[in-house]
Amino acid sequence: MKALVAVKRVVDANVKVRVKPDNSGVDLTNVKMSINPFDEIAVEEAVRLKEKGTVSEIVVVSIGPKESQEQIRSAMALGADRGILVEADDSQLGALEVAKILKGVVEQEQPQLILLGKQAIDDDSNQVGQMLGALLGSGQGTFASEVKVEGDKVQVTREVDGGLQTVELALPAIITTDLRLNEPRYAALPNIMKARKKPLDTKSPADYGVTSTSKLKTVKVEPPAERKAGVQVKSVDELVEKLKNEAKVI
Amino acid sequence: MSILVIAEHDNKALNGATLNVVAAAQKIGGDITVLVAGSGAQAVADAAAKVAGVSKVLLADDAAYANQLAENVAKLVASIGAGYSHILAASTTTGKNILPRAAALLDVSMITDIIAVEGPKTFKRPIYAGNAIATVQSDESIVVATVRGTAFDAVASDGGSAAVEAIASTGDAGISKFISEEIVKSERPELTAARIVVSGGRGVGSGENYHKVLDPLADKLGAAQGASRAAVDAGFVPNDMQVGQTGKIVAPDLYIAVGISGAIQHLAGMKDSKVIVAINKDEEAPINAVADYWLVGDLNTVVPELVSKL
Repeated sequence: MKALVAVKRVVDANVKVRVKPDNSGVDLTNVKMSINPFDEIAVEEAVRLKEKGTVSEIVVVSIGPKESQEQIRSAMALGADRGILVEADDSQLGALEVAKILKGVVEQEQPQLILLGKQAIDDDSNQVGQMLGALLGSGQGTFASEVKVEGDKVQVTREVDGGLQTVELALPAIITTDLRLNEPRYAALPNIMKARKKPLDTKSPADYGVTSTSKLKTVKVEPPAERKAGVQVKSVDELVEKLKNEAKVI
Repeated sequence: MSILVIAEHDNKALNGATLNVVAAAQKIGGDITVLVAGSGAQAVADAAAKVAGVSKVLLADDAAYANQLAENVAKLVASIGAGYSHILAASTTTGKNILPRAAALLDVSMITDIIAVEGPKTFKRPIYAGNAIATVQSDESIVVATVRGTAFDAVASDGGSAAVEAIASTGDAGISKFISEEIVKSERPELTAARIVVSGGRGVGSGENYHKVLDPLADKLGAAQGASRAAVDAGFVPNDMQVGQTGKIVAPDLYIAVGISGAIQHLAGMKDSKVIVAINKDEEAPINAVADYWLVGDLNTVVPELVSKL
């Protein structure tokens, strides 16, 4: 079966971002960009399913600026077979528009498994997979920590607030990955070289009939309130004294 | 304005997170209706009817809603949602699973994790792991949003007297099935609602040591227990105890971080705590930058000493 994996180009998880002085957004000039960590886990899961013989082809799709090609190539170096870049100004697109574009890609590609990260670490929305499930009328296994494909069904173990929950979904199904699903591999140099030769199509949102932009407008972006500087205490006695008399929390 | 709040529950009791969502709904202003979708959930509906500020409770009782499967509940929410100006749910795994699906069925955008109401259509929410706060305005006819519980004080669970009205089920979508669940049992307070949280990180060394060192402290303080991702990944404690960008967001009165270095992703989950205490052997640990009080020392001696002096 075919697997489709959606990846997003985001600021690297280790970068401490800064808000622009004019409050229009976060300053991303000269900042290191990477595949969203959750999406990398989605790619890894698809590759593992291919290695098990469950999946025969892995298509990677990214919606974003031209530079998102780099993230598609990274996914190919990990084992994806081909890529689709939907070139768009993704700052103008919300989760709903992204889900609509992905619906178009799914209808064209007809994958049985659609894997996405549970959330992008830039907008922290945690919406696209669920919205895509709604638009396709497919079942959704969100926050997955284990995926088992059995015939025309998939069992997904989900990380929920109280512990774990297992659901069974009819294929085609949407799976969004949690951190504990797997440990993504590193791309080997020969694979990075090979990835350069794998096919990559470029499309536009209009190719999938999506011309709208998000109805959510970001009015301003501010840094969070600063915490006032703390103090180092020298002993347990001092700590207990401060908690009791100064902070009054115990 | 008419606001629909999706109740969070386990078919027996109303989850406290719902009270924080009602508080956010009151900030928006308008008639508040609570939807209880469940199986044998009359007691939940009765509890919701007593919540201060709620004017109506809708109860959809059907086996299809027993386990809060998103495919079934979102269908129900979408079927009645068009009659409301706002649809809100808690930013729990249940709310985050169901609400985006319902929003897409209604063909409207959604806002995740609101932390402040600036106006009926304008809200604040954290982005980039809480390192920036965005003010977002919705031009949609229906505002759909999840609410970060720790950002709104819960309303009283009694004092209300709303009517409970049964509504028809939209049935089983037939594309998903509940198989099993494994719920972690604990006598301690629930992590996201606790007044005091004691968390351990990689520095505690092992699962055995986590419990040996931190259980007495949590017992003494009546605190909930949390963990950093490193402690969860190393298998010291189960995943549902993880505090951070990808785990739970907590904002207790007192957060005690033991053996936690303080990576960006962990800070995202706890830096709105009122008072933060860090106990770490590393003087340079980033956690110290957000801590109100920090003590440099070996947690294996410092924590037992702390327990004995409390």
